Parts: sequence; structure tokens; C-alpha cells
Amino acid sequence: MTTEQVTTDRVEQVIFDGLAEVGAERDAINRDASFEDLDVDSLDLVEIAQIIEDEFGVELEGDAVADLTNVGQVIDLVVARSQS
Amino acid sequence: MREGCALVTGAAGGIGAAIATGLAADGWPVGINYRSDAAGAEGVAERIEDAGGKATTLAGDLCANGTADALFEQLEGRYGPVLVLVNNAGMRADGLSPQLADDQWDQVLETNLSAAFRTTRRALRPMLKARFGRIINVASVVGMRANAGQANYAASKAGLIGFTKTVAVEVARRGVTVNAIAPGFVETKLTEGVGNGLVDAIPARRVGTPEEIAACARFLASEDASYVTGTTLTVDGGLSA
Repeated sequence: MTTEQVTTDRVEQVIFDGLAEVGAERDAINRDASFEDLDVDSLDLVEIAQIIEDEFGVELEGDAVADLTNVGQVIDLVVARSQS
Repeated sequence: MREGCALVTGAAGGIGAAIATGLAADGWPVGINYRSDAAGAEGVAERIEDAGGKATTLAGDLCANGTADALFEQLEGRYGPVLVLVNNAGMRADGLSPQLADDQWDQVLETNLSAAFRTTRRALRPMLKARFGRIINVASVVGMRANAGQANYAASKAGLIGFTKTVAVEVARRGVTVNAIAPGFVETKLTEGVGNGLVDAIPARRVGTPEEIAACARFLASEDASYVTGTTLTVDGGLSA
């Protein structure tokens, strides 16, 4: 786990990179993109959650992620959790 | 050889020790988990190292909260990501159902099934990241056919088989395979006193050896088994046929 300052830009970068790593089209990744649009499923989200935990120490339990539908919601949740 | 290691639970003797020894012979650095038999575990580690392999012993009761995470951290710090997990730790507490006590039920389910869940949950982290993993659950023929006096053991092993299948399909596309081995009667401490008159019922007319079970685990852990997942390999001399 790094001790980098958690900024929205940094969270966005990590999540965008994570999504590309699990197979999402780079050009299609943006805050408004839905997981369905990106062909990202629940196992992919488990991996993203692990990347987030390793980078920022923020745990995203299954319940927390289940209702999220787009990339922006994940970014905002991670930023909010990192500041609480 | 991939950069990573193997963890075998309940590996101080019997099938676990044989599997640990076999995986080490295949080049995997091995974590030998044990609950109380430190001498047994050390003996396994020494024999592995004398043969040129790498091994370390890991004390821990997997039924206790936090033990799985602690074991993984220890092992990962020494040998890198755990890419092969063998859930072998098991126990028996036999009795006919009308007389089985709550703790006999609970302990067997916790040790044989819940502990496997905890280690698997933890193991999937490095495996998914590495796009490679081998999880091998040591079940039993008793998980598939009746054996009076072992309702708790049977339930735990049947549960392990069901668990194996579902986890397998969850993670298959990440190169992680999850399989079970169902040994029949194998001569170990766990089967002492069981089945004295049962050899006649076994088509092979003998009990199995831990090394025969280990050979199956070695195959399932290998690259050759990369298309084998969600299955249970019965190793019982024809008993279930």
C-alpha cells in the first residue's frame, strides 16, 4: 500500500488504468461510462477493488460496489472513503 | 517455474505432507501449515530441504480469525505470491447423528470447510492478479457416498465439493483452476481404526497411499492441468465405481 496523497485525479488514473488492465477499451473509459458499456463484470470489479485497496488502503466491500453502475461513482466513493 | 509458492494446510503428516513434498519436488517453495504437530511439520520441511527443495513451516489454527491472512503474509514475505493452495487440513469427530454433539459438528465443519473458504478467499487475491492459480481441495469419497457415523465429516466434504465447483466457475477465465481430490481409504493418522474390514470392498484390494494422492495434486497444480477445473478427482481404488 502506498502513502501517496489521495486526490481525485490520482484515483481516476488508477481506476482508469485498472479498467484497461481488466480488458476495457481505453478510448471508452471515462467517468460517465457504465460498466455495461465497458463490458466490465463483477469479477473485474473485484480486481478493481483489490487494486484500489492496494493503492489507497480503501476497502470496498461487495455491498458497497453492488449498486454502483458507472466509473464516476466508483471514483467518488473511493475519494469519499479515503477522506473519512 | 513461475515466481511464487505453494501453501499446503495440515501438512505435518499424511496426505498433506506427501503433497507438500511432491510440490517441492516440482520446484515450488512450500509453506507447511500445521496446527499442533510442530515436530511433524519440521520433519517434512527438513526432508524437502535435504532433497534440494525450499520449505518453511507455518503454525496456525485456520479456524481462528485472522490466521489465514497471517499465514499468507508470512509466506508471501518469504517466497512471493501464493499461486498454489492445497486445502488439506481436516479432522474427524465421529458419532451417529442422534448423538453427535454440537461441538463435534461445529469443529469438523469449521476445520474441513470454513477454513478452506478463508484460505481460498485470501489466495484468490494474488492468483487473480497473476492470471494463474491452482486451488486443490482435499475432499473425500465420504462427501459423495454414505458412511454411517460421519454425518459431520460427510457434510463438510460434500460442502467442499460444492464450494470447489462454484469458485471454479467464478474465476476460470483468469487462469485460476479450482479442483477437488476425493481420496478413498488412505492409510494416515486420520483413518486409524477406520475401515479395518473394508479392504475387501475395495476393488483394488488395498488402501491407497498418501503419495498416490499427492501425485494427483501435483498433476492438478501443473500447467498440464490448465483446462481442468471445477472437477473432483476420485482416487479410491475403484470403491465408488
